[in-house]
Parts: sequence; C-alpha cells; structure tokens
Amino acid sequence: MRYALLAYGNVDDRERRSDEEQRRINAAVAEVLERPNVTGWLRLHGTGSATTVRHDQGRTLLTDGPFLDSKDFLGGFILVEADDLDGALEVAGELQELQSTVAIEVRPVREEPLTGA
Amino acid sequence: MREPDSPPPREPSAPPPREPSAPPPREPSAPPPREPSAPPPREPSAPPPREPSPQPTLERVFRDDWGRVVASLVGFLGDIERAEDAAQEAFAAAAERWPSDGRPANPTGWLIATARHRAIDRIRRERTLAAKTELLRRELRDEPEEEAMDEAARFPDERLELIFTCCHPALALDAQVGLTLRTLGGLSTDEIARAFLVPFETMSKRLTRAKHKIRDAGIPFAVPPDRMLPDRLDAVLAVVYLIFNEGWGDGRIDLSGEAIRLGRSLVELMPDEAEAHGLLALMLLGHARTAARFRGRELVLLDDQDRSLWDERLIEAGRASLTRALALQGSAPGGPYLVQAAIADLHLRTPRDWAQISLLYERLERITDSPVVTMNRAIAVAEREGPAAGLALLDGLALQGYRYYHATRADLLRRLGRIRDARAAYARALELTPAGPEQRFLQRRLERLADAVGEKRAG
Repeated sequence: MRYALLAYGNVDDRERRSDEEQRRINAAVAEVLERPNVTGWLRLHGTGSATTVRHDQGRTLLTDGPFLDSKDFLGGFILVEADDLDGALEVAGELQELQSTVAIEVRPVREEPLTGA
Repeated sequence: MREPDSPPPREPSAPPPREPSAPPPREPSAPPPREPSAPPPREPSAPPPREPSPQPTLERVFRDDWGRVVASLVGFLGDIERAEDAAQEAFAAAAERWPSDGRPANPTGWLIATARHRAIDRIRRERTLAAKTELLRRELRDEPEEEAMDEAARFPDERLELIFTCCHPALALDAQVGLTLRTLGGLSTDEIARAFLVPFETMSKRLTRAKHKIRDAGIPFAVPPDRMLPDRLDAVLAVVYLIFNEGWGDGRIDLSGEAIRLGRSLVELMPDEAEAHGLLALMLLGHARTAARFRGRELVLLDDQDRSLWDERLIEAGRASLTRALALQGSAPGGPYLVQAAIADLHLRTPRDWAQISLLYERLERITDSPVVTMNRAIAVAEREGPAAGLALLDGLALQGYRYYHATRADLLRRLGRIRDARAAYARALELTPAGPEQRFLQRRLERLADAVGEKRAG
C-alpha cells in the first residue's frame, strides 16, 4: 500500500530554530528520503507564498495566504510504500523523532481509478 | 485492621495510560461499586440488534466460537465487516440445521467452513469484487463444501491476530474497546451500546467507522513483530482491563465477566506472557468479591464484607494465575498487572501484611509514576505507621479533582481527631461523587462524624 505522510510544522517553532540545527535536521531527513520505500516527496514554501482560489458569489476569488489561517502549516509530504499501516507509522515515527515539533499525519492513498460519467 | 474509609480509588474516566506501559491503578481491596438499579425500560423504537439471536442450545457455542469464526474469516477475507456478515450467516445456518441434522463433530470448523462458503457466495454475487479476489476463485475451485467440512479442524486459531487489529493504537480507545467486545466477545452492538450507556446509533457508527479505518488504512491483521510487541501487548491488556473496570453500565451486561473471558483467551493464546497472566489474576481476584460488595443498595468495604460470599473458586483461579505469572516473570521485576494482582492477593489474606502491600505499591509507583498509586501507598502506610504518616504522603499530590483522594484524606484526618478538617474533606469528596451508593456511603460517614462531635460536646 501507499501512504502519504503529511508533515505539519509550526511557524513559531521554525523561526526559533538555528540555521545549524536546521541543517542537521535536513541532513537526517534527507537520509530517510533516500530509502527505497520512499517513492516520492515534496517540500513546500511557507504559507506566506500561498494563494487560495475559491468561489465567491458566482466568480472566482483569489486570496493571498493559505486556506486555513493557522500557525500550523503543511510543510511537505512524503509518499511511502509499506505492507500495512505499521510500516508507514514506523517511517513517520522516525521522521517525527528527527524534528520533535513536527506532527505527521499518515493517510492511506486511494488507489482505485477515478471514474466518472 | 480497618479498611480506610475511602471507596476504591479508580481513575475517573481516564483512559489507561499508554506510556509508560501501565494500567490505571486501582485499589484492589475495594473495586468499583455498581449501582444495582433496575434496568431502564426498553425503548419501543429501539432498533433490533443486527446480530442473530441463536437458540439457547446454541448460545454456548455461539459465545465460545464467535471470536474464532470471525477471526478466521477476517484472515480469509481481509475485512471485518464482511467477516461478521459471513459469520452471522453461518450461525444462522447452524441454528436452522443443527437441531434437525444434529451437531457436527467439529462445530467450530463447521461454522468457519460454512461462513467461508457464504462469503464466497456473496462475493460471487458481487461481481465487481469477484474480479479482485484471485484467492477466492481458487478457493471456489479447490474447496468443495463437503471436503471443507471434513477438514474443518485445520483452520488455525487467528484470534490473537484479530485482538491486535482491534486494539491497534491508531484506533481511538473507545473504538478499540467496542470492536474487541463485538468481534472477540461476540456481544451485539446493542449490548455494547447499553453497557457503555450510549445510544445504539452512536455505538454502531463508532464500530463501522473503526472497521472502515482498519480496511482503508491497512491496519495489519497480524501479531506484531517483536520490536513492537511490548507496546502493542500493553494496548491489548489496557483494553481488557478497561472493559473490566469501566463497563458497569446499567448492570445488565456483565462486562467484568466478559473481560475475564477475554483475559482467559489471552493467556491461552500467549501462554508465556507474565503480564497476561497477571491481568487475569487481578481480574479474578477482584471479581471474586462481587457478591459481597453490596448489602442491599449499600456499599460494603472489604473488612466488613461477609467472606462466605466470596467466590473461593475464583480466588483459587486468581491465585493460580498469579503463581503462573510469578513463575514466568522469574527474577525480573514484575509489570504493573502482576504487581497489582499480588497486592489484590495480599488484601484477601488476614491479617493483612501492610508492610508488604506498601512495598508493592512503591514498586508500582516506580512503574506507573501515578499519584493514584502514591495515594494507595499512603493508605497502606497509614495502617502500618499511623494516619499522620499516611497524611504526609498524601499532601501535595496532584489529585485535587479526584474524589477518592478527598475521601482518603477525610478518613485519615478523622482518625487523627482533626474533625473539622475531616468534615471539609468529606464534603469535598461528596461534591465530586455522583449520586449512588458511593455518595450515600460518604454521606453516612459525614453524618457519623457529626454525631461523634455532638457526643463529644454533650459529654
């Protein structure tokens, strides 16, 4: 099965971290991302760069900023191949231990084809 | 020796802590009271239980085999919902055929084989699914019904896999509890809902959601690998102990008995796990005094209990489990259930060995780091060294919202002759105690205290 590991960070925590600390964390995370069971990953720029598109009274409305106004933000996600949830939770646990302030939401990937009319 | 005034300390509605691996400590000398109230009238509009209600002659088979049949079907189909549906059909078929055809030589095997065939039939009808299940098509070819019946005994017992699935920590605790009772205990959704005093719809949704999560998220149907086993076993034991402790409900569902049945299954499936034996011992020793715990509607503390009402058979079984747990433990320090079972055992002996009891609480304190355990140790210390020593241990514990803390304090203060302080502590305990036998018990203590003061003044 494939699982998406959604890594949520907190704006304040990120600002508090020193460059050196961040580099150390990045190196350790990079090591995990090299593994064969990690089939893909993306890092996202901060929510300051986000634009949200929505519908408002019959027309498309753009707003500057993330959809959810929160100090917590989706920092990136990782795709993992695992036999079952435990396999995905182990990878998530490792990543979480590397960055104690990050929370990781594990979601199974919906594999069946998208069918419509 | 007197028992302290406090009714049993019992972590109020807190789920058992997962880390460190410790169950909520509970004073084994006085387990939680059950309100012996009449069952509420059944709602006429209450939905009928979805589960079949087999004839009385089959009830025993049903209760004993439901878990095995469902577990085997989950292993076969990979989906709990389908497994339950198929198992239900098999039990219904048994109820229909056994009375006339006679009971098969291997009822469990018959039920599993029949359920598998029902499941295959159903899937065959649902063509979209049939395409996916190569395994099932193979079974259709290779397993004609009669042959399966003959070889029924070869189905392995997969209940342990199912227990670990149901108690997976990715599921909410209440879902773990409900699922375990439903799939392994064979209780109907309706019974579980009544036991936990939630509407049928709520419990039904909770169970359905959990089953879907198991399926969609790929929660494994397997005994965890060694590196995960200690944590996962703790989760399983915590669920069983929670069922034992929490499910008083309206008194019609014997959840304590249910938990003991689960505990017996666990030691059968994991005969080398000391903590599984320890948990079973703890539950048996507590359950042995059920009949003695109430006189009419009033709570009876351990020292006042009529010992002839204790179930000697259960006490013996509990002690045998404890002995087994201790033997398995060897020289290693025991886990929280074993230690609690040892304490429960000591509480049943006269005279009580308070020195040993407080020593064991000290050990439990180190394992659980729980203030409730410290409180229990304070009770034992008060018996051994006097109420002042016990009171000193109580001071400053972070249990201000815990009614048994105040009840315990009240008792020690009373024994020290600090009547005004005692009265205030009883009043605080009463504020925190819901209406019922415990409240009446505390009320009586408070009144007696007032009488004593009155006599003192009069004299």
